[in-house]
Amino acid sequence: MSFKIASSPHQHNQKSTSQIMLMVIMACLPGIAVQAALFGYGVLIQLLLAIITAWFSEAFVLRLRNKPVLPRLKDNSAMLTAVLLAIAIPPYAPWWIIVIGTAFAIIMVKQLYGGLGNNLFNPAMAAYVLLLISFPVQMTQWLPPLSLHSVTLTPLDAICSVFTQFSCSGFSLAQLQTSVDGITMATPLDTLRTDLSRGLTLDESWQSPVFFAFAGSGWLWVNLAYLAGGLVLIKQQVISWRIPVAVLASLFVLSAIAALAAPDTLAGPLFHLFSGGTMLAAFFIATDPVSAATTATGRLVYGALIGLLVFLIRNFGGYPDAYAFAILLANMAVPLIDHYTRPRTYGHRARSQTK
Amino acid sequence: MPSLFKQIQAGVLWDFHGGIHPPTRKQLSNQKPIAVMPLPDRLYIPLRQHIGVAGQLLVRAGERVLKGQQLTSADNSMVVPVHAPTSGTVVQIAPHTGAHPSALPELTLILAPDGLDQWREREPLNFASCDKAQLLTRIQNSGIAGMGGAGFPTHLKSGASQPIDYLIINAVECEPYITADDLLMQEAATTIVKGIDILCHLLNPKAVLIGIEDDKAIACAAMMAACSQRENYYVRAVPVKYPSGGEKQLIQLLTNKEVPNGRRPLDIGIVMHNVGTAFAIAKAVLDDHPLISRVVTVTGNTLNQPQNVIALLGTPVSSLLQLCGFQPEPMQRVIMGGPMMGFTLSDLNVPVVKTTNCILAPTAEELPAATVEMDCIRCSACADACPASLLPQQLLWYSKAKDSDKLNEYNLADCIECGACAYVCPSEIPLVQYYRVAKADIREQQREAVKAEQAKARFEARNARLEHEKQERLARNQQLAATRQQQQLASGANNTVAEALARIKAKQAQAAVADNSDTSSAQLHAEREQKKQQAREYQQQKALAETAAPEVEKTTPETQAEPADARKAAIAAAIARAKNKQQQTSATDNSTAELDPRKAAIAAAIARAKAKQQNSVTAERTVTQEAPVSPSTEVSSQNTEPDPRKAAIAAAIARVKARKQADDDTL
Repeated sequence: MSFKIASSPHQHNQKSTSQIMLMVIMACLPGIAVQAALFGYGVLIQLLLAIITAWFSEAFVLRLRNKPVLPRLKDNSAMLTAVLLAIAIPPYAPWWIIVIGTAFAIIMVKQLYGGLGNNLFNPAMAAYVLLLISFPVQMTQWLPPLSLHSVTLTPLDAICSVFTQFSCSGFSLAQLQTSVDGITMATPLDTLRTDLSRGLTLDESWQSPVFFAFAGSGWLWVNLAYLAGGLVLIKQQVISWRIPVAVLASLFVLSAIAALAAPDTLAGPLFHLFSGGTMLAAFFIATDPVSAATTATGRLVYGALIGLLVFLIRNFGGYPDAYAFAILLANMAVPLIDHYTRPRTYGHRARSQTK
Repeated sequence: MPSLFKQIQAGVLWDFHGGIHPPTRKQLSNQKPIAVMPLPDRLYIPLRQHIGVAGQLLVRAGERVLKGQQLTSADNSMVVPVHAPTSGTVVQIAPHTGAHPSALPELTLILAPDGLDQWREREPLNFASCDKAQLLTRIQNSGIAGMGGAGFPTHLKSGASQPIDYLIINAVECEPYITADDLLMQEAATTIVKGIDILCHLLNPKAVLIGIEDDKAIACAAMMAACSQRENYYVRAVPVKYPSGGEKQLIQLLTNKEVPNGRRPLDIGIVMHNVGTAFAIAKAVLDDHPLISRVVTVTGNTLNQPQNVIALLGTPVSSLLQLCGFQPEPMQRVIMGGPMMGFTLSDLNVPVVKTTNCILAPTAEELPAATVEMDCIRCSACADACPASLLPQQLLWYSKAKDSDKLNEYNLADCIECGACAYVCPSEIPLVQYYRVAKADIREQQREAVKAEQAKARFEARNARLEHEKQERLARNQQLAATRQQQQLASGANNTVAEALARIKAKQAQAAVADNSDTSSAQLHAEREQKKQQAREYQQQKALAETAAPEVEKTTPETQAEPADARKAAIAAAIARAKNKQQQTSATDNSTAELDPRKAAIAAAIARAKAKQQNSVTAERTVTQEAPVSPSTEVSSQNTEPDPRKAAIAAAIARVKARKQADDDTL
């Protein structure tokens, strides 16, 4: 009789990498659904394009690297990167935007650094920054929520727009961006930024129809949906609470202080928390384990750093939203953060005492 | 803030970092009473079943032994003997697959039971009237080593001289599947408590803390009942979490103390014993029943009757499995120990030893074999699970890179190999295996470093020794030279010197006569000559000073006094010395080997001196004009052209003749 020899432990909790990735993707679904419902079906087409591109890119490089293709495609990490990038870019951006972005994310940012687990930067965010810098026009053409549209967009219109930049009935994106009363509408963050630079106060800018309640129209619901998905992930112990809590807390505290100091020119904490990609970034992107800090304290520092950078860039920088830049900058700081936040080993004195 | 002791008394429990909650699956085996294993056909008793060294064999093959008879001697404190688990005949003493992950063969006594189960004579002790040394000897001679898994000699842990605050009895049994301690407590709580009493007698602790996981309600109740008459015995139900039964983790759980890095629990006033060990101590002291059997959990879904069994040490695993209705699968795994820290067996003839608490034969379904290892995604679930607060993902990285400096910096040595990190790893990386390899590498490196250090020390010692010997030799030679000198002085060396001086004076007189007959122009020349002589003489002196410095000193003032013939004096002195030395060397024959080259030198010097003497005798008149041949001819030619040249030629001829003669002489 032959016996199987194995090293202890012989027991495993059976939670695998591919399951974790899949759970993160599933948790994105409510957000994606809200996004599709409020902003049109463009996001679904982008998702499809992104996932296909990601799979092809991943398989291509794995083949080049003489690695088994199928087991690694099954880890779902490429799909997650594709999903995150697809929901981060404008839903009606031309098809080649997402194709270039996803291919760049998988090939350059992930595989050229050594594949899963070895990339310094968050692939989706690095690709987002590449696209934003290379194609600023296409990357800033966010359509307002469907409710503010002068024309209704069907799913077919969405496909036409993504592939031809014109809806089936011949409207260009610029025309679609125009509201019923002929005003071009951007995202709430964009709008606020432009208005403030024109010398308007916060209250004056708030008259724009893109705002709703304490945040952006439509954006509030998208953020709430991602928040819900994120909370499920924490509940399922797929992600640690530390990074999202630190991101949100630091952004909240900083914008609260700022709003108190300059109520006319700096937006309040709730606006910041529920505008743009805050919840998506805090729960789904900043928590990417590969490029985030790994120690418990380090994750708090990392999250707080992202919150700080977002606050600074949104209010004083050159871009309306800032998660991609903030996360990439924080990625760079990760080795340093990890080095200085090592936990005290059992039976050892604190590092500050020993050194 | 109440004192720590007050808090402990009040039942406060603390927590340790990390930990996991794997399915415990203890119901498989804890529903039935402990079964007694029938005698197997053969017992395989490894001579070493603890951490330490094996004792000397006391029996030979073919000998009949009685139950409980000591098979190896306990001649020093690191030895824990083994005993015959039953009466029978020693069949063979040979290597046999050991109960160790390596499955390396180790020296094993193979016993054929005779079925009589006949005891040796026993002498129970009343521990209260025994002194500590007697009890410790009994514990050692009964072969008791830690039964929780490590197998550390119990008498060493119990003989501490330091004051002990807490005696902790580890009955946590946190590994899944294992219920041996649970059942033992359920069935023998009073004996266990007697064992604890003996330990208290030895260690005199402030309090006894008995840690039991709170899923063992019956055992917990049994222990509480057994302890009810004792003061300061506290039974503590700790929450189920793996690895709360780790020594360091349980200490933290029960006392909120940490064992400092590189120290032992003893250093913070804590001693921990396994509950099975306490039972074994009671049996050994009160019944004189040495450690020859133990409770083993035989469990897993491939068994029809998973249960706890009292097995004699040395019982092969195959017999145990057979007893419990083993239905092996293809590529069956049989694990000795629990699913978290146990090791797989490749041979079912491996015997039960003192540290064997569980034999686990799971189906592939209940404990799926590890799948393909994937890349680390740095999720740090491992760091969250690590009870030692290490950073396993960093350790993995540095283990793969074989960076032992970094591994030390990240405290790899503090890893207790509990397996919590590998349990939670989503990429199914066998982290513990990486750490074991890295630890072995580091141990090897350290061994190499120690070896290199020793070699260096040896080399340096050798150099020092050689240098020392050299110095000694020099000192001896100098001493010999000094004694030689003294001998010289004593044996009338003065006479020869005096004679030499007389000769010199005579020659001086002659020279003076010669000088007078010379022309006045030759006077100048002679003076110059004198100076040169002096210079040469000085050089000669210097050369001589090395071998016989004091003598030269003695002679120099005289030569200075009579500068014209200083050379002669020096020659005379040299001859005298040489003769003396010759005498001495012949006297000190034992050192001939060393002095041989010196002798030759002396002989040569004598020869030279003789030649020169002859030279000076035959060409006495030209002696003073000898030198100027080469360097001073130019100067002298200005003053006295024809005469000196002639003289020089004559002198040269004379010299050549003298040399020839000298050569003939020496030849």
